[in-house]
Amino acid sequence: MSQEHATESAMARPPVTQVGAVRWLRENLFSGWLNTTLTLLTIYILYVALPPLLDWVIFNAAISGTDRDNCTYAGACWVFVKVRFWQFMYGFYPEPERWRVNVVFIIGILGVASLLTSRVPTKAKLIVGVCMLTIFPVFAVVMFGGGVFGLEYIETSQWGGLFLTLTVASAAMVGSFPLGMVLAIGRRSKLPVVKTFCVCFIEFFRGVPLITILFMASVMVPLFLPEGLTLDKLARAIIGITIFNSAYMAEVIRGGLQSIPKGQYEAAHALGLSYWQGMGLIILPQALKAVIPGLVNTFIGLFKDTTLIYIIGIFDLLGMVQASFRDTKWLGLAFEGYAFIMLVFWIFCYSMSKYSQYLERKLNTGHKS
Amino acid sequence: MATDVKDEPQPVRPNIWNDARARAVFLQIIMVILVVAGFAYIADNAITNLRRLNISTGFGFLGTTASFDIGFTLISYSAASTYGRAFLVGLLNTLFISSIGVVLATILGFTVGVLRLSNNWLISKLMGAYVEIMRNIPLLLQIFFWYFVIINTVPGPRGSLALPLGVMLNNRGLYSPDPTFLPGFSATPIVLILAIIGSIILHRWSRKRQEATGQHFPSILTGLGMIVCLPVIAFLVTGKPVSWTFPELRGFNLQGGVQLPPEFVALLMALVIYSSAFIGEIVRAGILAVSKGQTEAAYSLGLKPSFTLRLVIIPQALRIIVPPLTSQYLNLTKNSSLAAAVGYPDLVHIFAGTTLNQTGQAIEIIFITMMVYLTISLSISAFMNWYNQRVALVER
Repeated sequence: MSQEHATESAMARPPVTQVGAVRWLRENLFSGWLNTTLTLLTIYILYVALPPLLDWVIFNAAISGTDRDNCTYAGACWVFVKVRFWQFMYGFYPEPERWRVNVVFIIGILGVASLLTSRVPTKAKLIVGVCMLTIFPVFAVVMFGGGVFGLEYIETSQWGGLFLTLTVASAAMVGSFPLGMVLAIGRRSKLPVVKTFCVCFIEFFRGVPLITILFMASVMVPLFLPEGLTLDKLARAIIGITIFNSAYMAEVIRGGLQSIPKGQYEAAHALGLSYWQGMGLIILPQALKAVIPGLVNTFIGLFKDTTLIYIIGIFDLLGMVQASFRDTKWLGLAFEGYAFIMLVFWIFCYSMSKYSQYLERKLNTGHKS
Repeated sequence: MATDVKDEPQPVRPNIWNDARARAVFLQIIMVILVVAGFAYIADNAITNLRRLNISTGFGFLGTTASFDIGFTLISYSAASTYGRAFLVGLLNTLFISSIGVVLATILGFTVGVLRLSNNWLISKLMGAYVEIMRNIPLLLQIFFWYFVIINTVPGPRGSLALPLGVMLNNRGLYSPDPTFLPGFSATPIVLILAIIGSIILHRWSRKRQEATGQHFPSILTGLGMIVCLPVIAFLVTGKPVSWTFPELRGFNLQGGVQLPPEFVALLMALVIYSSAFIGEIVRAGILAVSKGQTEAAYSLGLKPSFTLRLVIIPQALRIIVPPLTSQYLNLTKNSSLAAAVGYPDLVHIFAGTTLNQTGQAIEIIFITMMVYLTISLSISAFMNWYNQRVALVER
């Protein structure tokens, strides 16, 4: 460290401004007058804004207790979220029956997890995948709704909270994927009628806002059904979201189909495979692999869009929180409620987007670049 | 195929169900029949149901009196106006908030995208956090947050926050000074239009001259100067023919000036911030996609950094940025329909909400609403296709 040492030794250490933290600071924060000004300005803004915010959200916030009296005006009142937590999760689903929701979700999570981990052999994955797409939805509907096998019947108007949000999102996802695939293949078909139909379908649903489709599902669809036949409001909303999302899904899958070189189609033909054999065995596996990140992004969009069902009067997570504000005991706690849902949605969406980035890196086997 | 081909020269006709062309025709006929039958079934049900529920049909309702009030209108409207007029009010409100939103989101989004690429560590991380937070929270939630939390914490009319340029903000909305144009003002816009035309001509001339002689003329700078300075001069020469009415506290509320309701402010803020996060990512990806070799090649050709940016980087980045950018604009326009959730009187709120509830004519109203959005979408995508063709890479 001493100067004599530095001048004498052949392995003299570089000047202090060229190494370690100082160099990093110089390069990344103070590399010129403009950068220095920007840095200082940002630090000042953070200094002014962050401490009071943190004080309010964390340090002065009320966490313990079960009553409004535990809250002060100096900080956020997380007691409200704590007291209402299970209602935010399950809505008005009767408490003794909540195990049914839990069972379905645990099985669902296990199923999805087994599909995502690389340790499970492909054949087992295929079986699990087929079960998840066919038997599992039926099982979930029976468990949630009840009315058979001695399970108590629970109306869909009692479903709510995060459980409903996840249910709507997964149902719409499972439904829109095959529909989107058919639409994408149809859009690239050589048959003019099929192609026109698919193009019109896709462009129509991509061109209108989701909320108009939900309005359509809630006020127009009942008019389209024959007399005496009614369809549950929740089911109508899910169908609306599914159709809307399938149009976006179709465009993503079409991108994948277009990225497959013509030689692959020709090779499939040359092997004597029929159109559908070629599609199923050669084209789609490659195309879908190429667009998995895009599909995950579409799913993130779908997940965020499920909040819109609140507008047509279905109590998803946002709806439950919104409804809880009307409780006179807990008035004026909008910030806490919204902050909580924001956090929930953010965690879900952010982890999905990180996962899609990870997939992008993993699937990038270097064919293209 | 076991028959001896040599003895029978004419080819074996395949069975009709093995002929690809016949199969295609058959399949398409089936599809047309199914689609037509499906629509016919739905239409038949709808007619029966409408008759049963005693709901009138047709577009005649557009001419009847609406008898409801609208809080925020750009054109004159009263409860005595027709549903058609209400539709127009809603449409204009939708276009109004979308166009302002597009402009602001573009400015904010480009700033975020460029700053995220800054070599200042603190700023780029901060912008990264902004993008990741904003685009992962549902828009509806953000609208509610602005409307029920932030607008509510803003003080009431007596404690209005004074913003720059005489703009006032309180929990009843945003107030800006209202200009009244006095005679003689018309000279300013005329000069502005002339200046724009003049600068375009100047730009063309300088380009031609540069191609012919190689001499450079700073046409963009001169043009901008013309567009800014000449109208200002005209404005001053004609004696500043604009008077401003400033909002001021009278009684319990601010009076005078242009008032934008709190719903508008909340919706606009949420739309701008949500879209800017996406636009920021598009801009960043676009700039990163221009390979570094392009910059190096431009430098080695002796171009100045400013020319490199303008002539080499930006045109190539824009080619990548513009298509997703237009689809973001489209999303913003469609997302403005969430106005219905906070009660900003846009097309969906007035027409697919109030009007539908009053008349019950769901089919016509939802149809018109969807057609409006579809028209906007298709015209923007038509523009995008035109632009794409214009800037597409010409490979030789």
